[in-house]
Amino acid sequence: MKQWNWRLISTHAILIVGVIFMSLPVWVAFATSTHSAEHILRNGLQFWPGSELLKTYNEVLFVDGGVMKSVLGTTMLKNSLILGFGFAIGKVIVSMLAAYAIVYFRFKLAVPLFWIIFMTLLLPLEVRIIPSYEVMASLGLLDTHFGLIVPLIASATGTFFFRQFFRSVPDELLEAARLDGATAWGFFIDILVPLSKTMIAAILIIMFVVGWNQYLWPLIMTTKEENYTLVIGIKQIYQILAEGGELPQYQKAFALTILATLPPVLVVLVFQNWFVKGLVESEK
Amino acid sequence: MKRVQFERSSIPFLFVAPQIIIILVFFIWPAAQAIYQSFLLEDAWGLSSQFVWFRNYKDTIFSESWLQAAGFTIVFSTLVTFLSLALALLLAVKANEVIRGASTYKTTLMWAYAIAPPVAGLMGNLMFHPLIGDLYKFLNAIGWDFNHKLDSFDAGFVVVLISVWKQVSVNFIFFLSGLQGIPKSVLEASMMDCKSSFRRFWTITFPLLAPTTFFLMVINITYAFFETFGIIDTTTRGAPGGATNTLVYKVFQDGFRGADLGGSSAQSVVLMLMVLALTIVQFRFIERKVHY
Repeated sequence: MKQWNWRLISTHAILIVGVIFMSLPVWVAFATSTHSAEHILRNGLQFWPGSELLKTYNEVLFVDGGVMKSVLGTTMLKNSLILGFGFAIGKVIVSMLAAYAIVYFRFKLAVPLFWIIFMTLLLPLEVRIIPSYEVMASLGLLDTHFGLIVPLIASATGTFFFRQFFRSVPDELLEAARLDGATAWGFFIDILVPLSKTMIAAILIIMFVVGWNQYLWPLIMTTKEENYTLVIGIKQIYQILAEGGELPQYQKAFALTILATLPPVLVVLVFQNWFVKGLVESEK
Repeated sequence: MKRVQFERSSIPFLFVAPQIIIILVFFIWPAAQAIYQSFLLEDAWGLSSQFVWFRNYKDTIFSESWLQAAGFTIVFSTLVTFLSLALALLLAVKANEVIRGASTYKTTLMWAYAIAPPVAGLMGNLMFHPLIGDLYKFLNAIGWDFNHKLDSFDAGFVVVLISVWKQVSVNFIFFLSGLQGIPKSVLEASMMDCKSSFRRFWTITFPLLAPTTFFLMVINITYAFFETFGIIDTTTRGAPGGATNTLVYKVFQDGFRGADLGGSSAQSVVLMLMVLALTIVQFRFIERKVHY
């Protein structure tokens, strides 16, 4: 009996240490963001919230020159939301259509087209950074929403995810639909899309987080501050801190990390079950 | 493929067209450019270039800085992969055992997934800040002469720690769902045969998790190679003296800061080959050798 107790205690102890390891840095970042820069410089990181919460976040979000030179926190927040939603929605549409064609149609080019889609897995952005920049610049797409979002949505993950799912849909559905005279488009919109609702929700959540967290691509694609996302703002604030100056605004740096973290974390927490399902299924 | 399909027509082309067009313009074209440029040597003003075969490859890959980055990348990705997998496995096994608070543990251990690598990088950077960072002060207080701005080991320690921290949650989610997929009957049967829970884990549970583990290894190596870009860019930036340059970070540095197009492209092509190798391993080796 005693041994069993120890076992349970050690299990909980390990888990609690794990939770502290994973959560404490973020808590400290939040707590520190609510103190003044002088206080932080004198006393180091903070473990309890201070009195400057409203002041810091107000300056970061709404005051001109509060955190970046010319862009407001709210503008960066807007850009992040556009990127997150645009990426998620675009990805679902493009990959569902492609998966539908590959699974439900017999056509000559199906195999080579599938391999072209597969090749995107071999070409992560990181291996084609410089030429990608050149291509975007020559197409005049730098600093545009289109250029920021569209090139990101073509990678194969979403297509594979829906391909897998469509293959598990019973063949009888199509047979029945065809007997009723359904067209290719009609079958897709009236039967397949409603059937995929949970899948779509799961992939939307994952992709929102993935899109929101994009770093390298927006870094290359945005040259004007007004187009920065919150995650790109992180780089700017790093620069400001590294350059020094009279009194580095540590609390604003921390506030920016919290702002860049909050929306995707909320999405993951609120839609936890869908999120886990989407993550585990899409990577298979 | 489906048994029942639509008849031949041009409709499927319309459906795949968006994705294929985007891929051709934004994936294949730049990649082809990278391969093409890797064989070219440009003059200092970018006005003329000549075809030099494999000279860029020879010059960059046998350069000291590339070999240094390659060495660091190998050590770095091995450490990040091993540590984040081990930690996540431990936590997943424990979280799978408890009944009380199970969902709270699960939630609080996985939510860090949503944090972007550069955000984690900046947080870590500030925790290790010489003026305000408590971790910096703590490590020096316990007798470690810690300075990640000057010492390459300390700098490596910082990027590994942050990269592991960021990756634990993903691995945790996969391990936990893998553990939950193991049939209860198998575990109950093993309980009758073997008293030691430690041995039970290594002889029954762990082999059953092998597919998940191998899959995660590939994911983690890819992560350590590529996605840690954001962490390095907001912490050490390859400093001191290129000691924490990963191969990917070096491509970026040489291409954008150094404006060495040919060399940077040659490095890109080498990275493409590495990804290709990883993908082949993933699809061939793993799918066959691991028993489900």
